[in-house]
Amino acid sequence: MIWLTWRQFRWQAITGAAILAVIAIVLAATGPGLVTRYDQIGLPTCHSTCAALAGKFINELEFGTYGKLFYAGLVAMYLAPALIGIFWGAPLIAREFETGSFRMAWNQSVTRTRWVLAKLGLIGLSAVVAAGLLSLAITWWASPIEQALSDGQSGSHFLPLSPLVFGARGIAPLGYAAFAFILGVTAGVLIRRTVPAMAVTLAIFAGFQILMPTLVRPHLIPPAQATAPFNVNTANEFMINSNGNGPATMTLVGNYSVPGAWIVSNQTITPSGRVFDGPPAGVCMNASASQQACNNWVNSQHLRQLITYQPQGRFWPLQGAETGIYLVLAAGLGTLCTWQIRRRRA
Amino acid sequence: MTAAIEASGLGKRYGRRWALSDCTLSIPVGRVVGLVGPNGAGKTTLLSLATGMLAPTTGSIRVLGGTPGSGPKQLARVGYVAQDTPVYPGLSVADHLSFGAHMNPGWDAELAARRISQLGLVPGQKAGTLSGGQRAQLALTLAIAKRPDLLILDEPIASLDPLARREFLQVLMETTAESQVSVIMSSHLVADLERVADYLVVLMSSRVQLAGDVDQLLASHQLLTGARRDPGSLPPSQHVVTASHTDRQSTILVRSDVPVLDPSWSVSQIDLEDLVLAYMGQARTEPAGPAAPAATKILEEKR
Repeated sequence: MIWLTWRQFRWQAITGAAILAVIAIVLAATGPGLVTRYDQIGLPTCHSTCAALAGKFINELEFGTYGKLFYAGLVAMYLAPALIGIFWGAPLIAREFETGSFRMAWNQSVTRTRWVLAKLGLIGLSAVVAAGLLSLAITWWASPIEQALSDGQSGSHFLPLSPLVFGARGIAPLGYAAFAFILGVTAGVLIRRTVPAMAVTLAIFAGFQILMPTLVRPHLIPPAQATAPFNVNTANEFMINSNGNGPATMTLVGNYSVPGAWIVSNQTITPSGRVFDGPPAGVCMNASASQQACNNWVNSQHLRQLITYQPQGRFWPLQGAETGIYLVLAAGLGTLCTWQIRRRRA
Repeated sequence: MTAAIEASGLGKRYGRRWALSDCTLSIPVGRVVGLVGPNGAGKTTLLSLATGMLAPTTGSIRVLGGTPGSGPKQLARVGYVAQDTPVYPGLSVADHLSFGAHMNPGWDAELAARRISQLGLVPGQKAGTLSGGQRAQLALTLAIAKRPDLLILDEPIASLDPLARREFLQVLMETTAESQVSVIMSSHLVADLERVADYLVVLMSSRVQLAGDVDQLLASHQLLTGARRDPGSLPPSQHVVTASHTDRQSTILVRSDVPVLDPSWSVSQIDLEDLVLAYMGQARTEPAGPAAPAATKILEEKR
């Protein structure tokens, strides 16, 4: 079975390895330059000026080649599992159904269970290894940038815990790759046609990649909460909504944050704990009154900011939990797939 | 002795349509069995049940004493060439032989290599570029070289040209001559099977209409021609299969284990094709449905 699996998977494996090799060459060629620049700016030896130096480093990179490569690395990390699902997973068994060759394969002296488990095991392992190598290479390359980001800009969208970066670092991509691969295989087994199975794989995997960070990840570990007095002078958002019918409302968002944390929600609450939504006082609605008068009124309300967040130190526990979820999903799909093949009578 | 295929009340339903119903059969080992019937009669269904590719809806089937497709041992004992002789289009002929060797502990590499060179197949050629006849030969080679006890061939020559048909059957006959393999091969044409089969199963409208040793079937059927008379007046030892009448003359096909001695009949033998067609014609006029007494018409071979 190992021979057959490898013989059929050969070209896909070589293509995947070639793409990995190209990425590795690009990263190896540019990585040392990035480290050199990091050292030149003086970040490794800074004491009190670290934040400023880090800001300088980031600003310098942002619109240059390194910045583009950083974004490309994120895109590659999200694309890789999807491509594995589409091009390694979906055709794996769907193509056997399309050409009828499964009828030959299933009548050799190897049971269907062994046949499907060998395919799932060997290629699934390859998918995980490929994603792991890619994650390792890109994480290594991006480490100076990420160090500078965490030194400098606490509110950056590119901190390790932020939804954009989290899924492209650490071990989560391994879970995605395993899941996407088996999702593709299962779609192929159920649909029995390669191209529709590819489309379904992409749609479902993309759905998971959107729903996971928005709905599931914030609650994988119960998030922490913190409050601070609301300061209108540093507010990020100050909005009065008045559309003529009904009382006017007011939306305030403060800038309170926790360094390195992933802020899941940021609410402004009244002393009684209710989410503040106005109504604004007359001074705020009166066009002739000064902004300062309105600000004074807001400050007199004793509003507080309540933030819900995942602290910086939870990167690895969250990675572990999310990877675990995807591996369990992959195992479930693998079981479904094997059961379908055993049961499937063609 | 264990039967090659032993079916009892076997039936397979797809949705509301029965592809095979109430099939009771016992095919002995060591025979070359022709499974004949029109398209859609249930031939592929029966063979798929025998390989374990399908599970029965009703009844049971045993192949060489085991449950079809139940494990590596059972799989190793049965060689199967599926309809349209599927192969891996992207793999070469040589790859197919490696495939067979890796997938079958009983693989006879010497036999496979000899067959491929006799057939003139180029080892490096991709199977997807083979002609229909070559592909069928490759599929047959794979099935033979695993050294099965039973070879199941589902319309292997239906799509082949006459020359390729002849070559395929030639290979099949050589194989049965040099090993003890039992063969069951389906076709919708009796002529395809006449040269190789010594046992016949006729399927029609999802039912077995006739099953038995070819020579015995031919010996026990007589075509009676004579002055017009009612088929019901024949003695009970003579079962009427079909009867046709003109104003003055009756032509009746009877099955009888004893010779027909009535001098008012002109008695003649019938060939295999006409025999099969007679049973198919008879099936067509019968009402369909599980209650139809088709099973009573099955000729049981005396053992």
